[in-house]
Amino acid sequence: MLALSDFLIVGAVLFCLSIAGIFLNRKNIIILLMCIELMLLAVNMNFIAFSHFSGDIAGQVFVFFILTVAAAEAAIGLAILVVLFRNKHTINVEDINSMKG
Amino acid sequence: MIKLIFYLFAGILIFAGTRVITVKNPVHAAMFLVLSFFSSAAIWLLLEAEFLAMTLVLVYVGAVMVLFLFVVMMLDINLTVLREGFARYFPVGALVGSLILIEMLLLVGPNYFGLDKFQVPDTASTVPNTVALGRVLYTEYLYAFEIAAVILLVAMVAAIALTMRSKRQNKYQDPARQVEVSAHDRLKVLKMPAEKAQ
Amino acid sequence: MESIALIIVLAPLAGAILAGLFSVSRKVAHRITITGVGLSFILSLVVFKQVVLDGLLPFADGTAKEVTLYTWLSSGNSIFEIGFLIDSLTAIMMVTVTFVSWMVHIYTIGYMADDEHNWSGPGGAGKNSYQRFFSYISLFTFSMLMLVMANNFLQLFFGWEAVGLVSYLLIGFWFQRETAVYANLKAFLVNRVGDFGFLLGIAAVLMYFNSLNYADVFANANNLAGISIQVFPGVEWSLMTVICILLFIGAMGKSAQFPLHVWLPDSMEGPTPISALIHAATMVTAGIFMVARMSPLYELSTTALSFVLVIGAITALFMGFLGLVQNDIKRVVAYSTLSQLGYMTVALGASAYNAAIFHLMTHAFFKALLFLGAGSVIIAMHHEQDMRKMGGLKKYLPITYWTALIGSLALIGFPGFSGFFSKDAIIEAVHFAYEADRPGAMFAYYSVVIGVFITALYSFRMFFLTFHGQERMDEHTRSHLHEPPKVVTLPLILLAIPSVLVGVIALQALLYGNFFGDAIYIAKEHQVFTDYHGILGFVLHGLMQPPVYLAAAGVFTAYMLYMKWTDIPARIQHRFSMLHRILMDKYGFDRFNDWFFAGGARQTGNLFSSIGDKTIIDGFFVNGSAHLVNRISGILRQLQTGLLYQYAFAMIIGLLLLLGWFVHF
Repeated sequence: MLALSDFLIVGAVLFCLSIAGIFLNRKNIIILLMCIELMLLAVNMNFIAFSHFSGDIAGQVFVFFILTVAAAEAAIGLAILVVLFRNKHTINVEDINSMKG
Repeated sequence: MIKLIFYLFAGILIFAGTRVITVKNPVHAAMFLVLSFFSSAAIWLLLEAEFLAMTLVLVYVGAVMVLFLFVVMMLDINLTVLREGFARYFPVGALVGSLILIEMLLLVGPNYFGLDKFQVPDTASTVPNTVALGRVLYTEYLYAFEIAAVILLVAMVAAIALTMRSKRQNKYQDPARQVEVSAHDRLKVLKMPAEKAQ
Repeated sequence: MESIALIIVLAPLAGAILAGLFSVSRKVAHRITITGVGLSFILSLVVFKQVVLDGLLPFADGTAKEVTLYTWLSSGNSIFEIGFLIDSLTAIMMVTVTFVSWMVHIYTIGYMADDEHNWSGPGGAGKNSYQRFFSYISLFTFSMLMLVMANNFLQLFFGWEAVGLVSYLLIGFWFQRETAVYANLKAFLVNRVGDFGFLLGIAAVLMYFNSLNYADVFANANNLAGISIQVFPGVEWSLMTVICILLFIGAMGKSAQFPLHVWLPDSMEGPTPISALIHAATMVTAGIFMVARMSPLYELSTTALSFVLVIGAITALFMGFLGLVQNDIKRVVAYSTLSQLGYMTVALGASAYNAAIFHLMTHAFFKALLFLGAGSVIIAMHHEQDMRKMGGLKKYLPITYWTALIGSLALIGFPGFSGFFSKDAIIEAVHFAYEADRPGAMFAYYSVVIGVFITALYSFRMFFLTFHGQERMDEHTRSHLHEPPKVVTLPLILLAIPSVLVGVIALQALLYGNFFGDAIYIAKEHQVFTDYHGILGFVLHGLMQPPVYLAAAGVFTAYMLYMKWTDIPARIQHRFSMLHRILMDKYGFDRFNDWFFAGGARQTGNLFSSIGDKTIIDGFFVNGSAHLVNRISGILRQLQTGLLYQYAFAMIIGLLLLLGWFVHF
């Protein structure tokens, strides 16, 4: 039988992969956004696993809302990215340092 | 059997995740991300979250990832520059990632969440998952649901407003300029000599 | 009756608002305000009849003499209210104030008629100065009525400050004149000094009596008489003495007593009607009224009474001297006012509160008359105020001449005139105090007696210089000399009548009768006016006393010096040039104040400015903190690289550490 910990471990691995991804692809902002999506996926995995094992539907409701917000975030993030590229002709994070103190 | 399916999809998921962060081409990364979504949808089905699994496929794969692909393909990106230093950061990333993984595994491993701690629930639920979710979503979480709808609308408006590039040919009002107007810029009072009555 | 009292107070206020805030025409302005004050006067007469003649209690269907109209705020045990107290003291003040004010309103029509033309320069007193003036004097009447009708200390203080404010506005009415601005500022500041004491006194009352209502305070006064409090460490004074002296310091400011008298002569910069209204008849008497009102407190402290007595005596005598050397016709009257206020204060100090109020009333009439007469002369002379350029005006200004004569006679205490009775009563009271061996009474007695001579001398010096002798004005002025219009002379005549008669009428009631009832309290051993022998008896008694002969001597001296041997004054001046200089310098008070207080304040201010403000606050706190923030942020900004992945890195490291902490425990 599958235990709750199995699902949680999958989520944890996914989460750590996305963290490592943020480190590795520190220059490519698109991959960074994808890593964030992956992170959210890992979180959702946890929510659903807990929801299933504790028999409470609320966890799934949360996932529902997270998906909503993630979709909105992706849309706006990509829009910003497009505008950024249009103005600076780059998506290199290192070039985006106008907020330097 | 279920175990087999789980391990299969979990393996694909982790493989796809690894590829997402390591492939050179962002298009490939996006495709691997799609793959990881699919496999996690399969895992969610094991967890009897059918509605969310479908949503994930439809919304994420069908909409969000397509958007990603659009953007990736639309932008003319110099990949070599972006890939610079990948090897240099690899040890650090791997170290930090594995450290966090170890810590997390300590926390979420079977010690705390094993079968003896959390029983597998009674799977014979009477109502379908979608019905159950709809019942709470439209009653208990109605306001949150409506707010989520508004957030989506706002996000849509924001995305369009940010990226719209049409020349400003449409007529619109600029309140700031309207306020700044002073009469003598626009209004010219002429003095006309009255006609003399003969 | 409540509504009548309200109308009395509010009618002038309504007039002031209508005339001042709405741009009405000149005619409407003076009609509104005169109607308002006239209404107040007539209703005051009604009140006077009911309260004094019929002996009725005014409020709550004839069962109470005070009424609370409105509770302003209540904080803890302190309740601040607006209310009226009308007894005979209030009634007599109300009638006096409204009558004089009414006369002055009428007179102002004539006096201010050409004001607009005088001051039409850029930024001038303006097109509406006429309306503004009427608005101010009506507002003043309102304030003064609030003051006298108050039933608690707070409202008294309101009226007190309000008359001060209007006085400030009126002294500086011609605000293009630098001297006027200086004078009104000076009046305001000097009054502030007094008000500070006054406020402290009120605070002491509130602290110990736990109430600001007169009735409560007076009822408890006896219980608290024995208390003594520590003024300075190691100095213990009786509570009553402290309160009374503090309150009297307020009165010293408002009633221009030594050494806070300096503002009053300068206030003559204002238009003459206000000199008559405010600086002779009403506002300056507020202090006298206040002390009389507080008689139940003052009677409990002989120390305070002696203080009052001595201050009054100094003012009465030494301010009279100054009147001798002034050449400005209004300033002579101003110094005479100071001196007469000194007389009233002396009467207060001698516990003869009724004599003080009596003199206050008669003085209000004849001094207003003198001021308005002086104003009439000034109008005729085209705003020339120097007496050396007058003379022989008798034949040009007959009405002014005769009314001024009546006023002067009343002032010097010519037998039968109002001033005679009131001043004699004061001297009698001081004599009584002298015989009772009260501290300071001897000095006061000689001061007021010599003061009589001085009063006669300067009054008739002014009278002779103005109306008799050579005509010293220039040809142009002479050709335009004529009696001012009826609106000016009518008030003179109307004021002359009470100046003569009010003494005879009021003598018995005010001094010997039970006129004031319980409005004024005089301890048994302090009562002077006990047995009454009729008007004739009083006059005969007065004729046997030195003051009458001193007054006659004063008139005679003035006649000799300024009519017969006109070269003598100059010779005296030359002979005693030192003395003359001191007198012209007004004993150097102004110079001292300018040097010590104004200069000292400036010096201290500069010191605080350079050390406290510029160095400590600006340099250390304001700029210093900014520098500090700047420096620290200069270091901290190195962290702000603007690189997204570094921020992400920091977050993740934080997550790692938090997780580690979580795992560990």
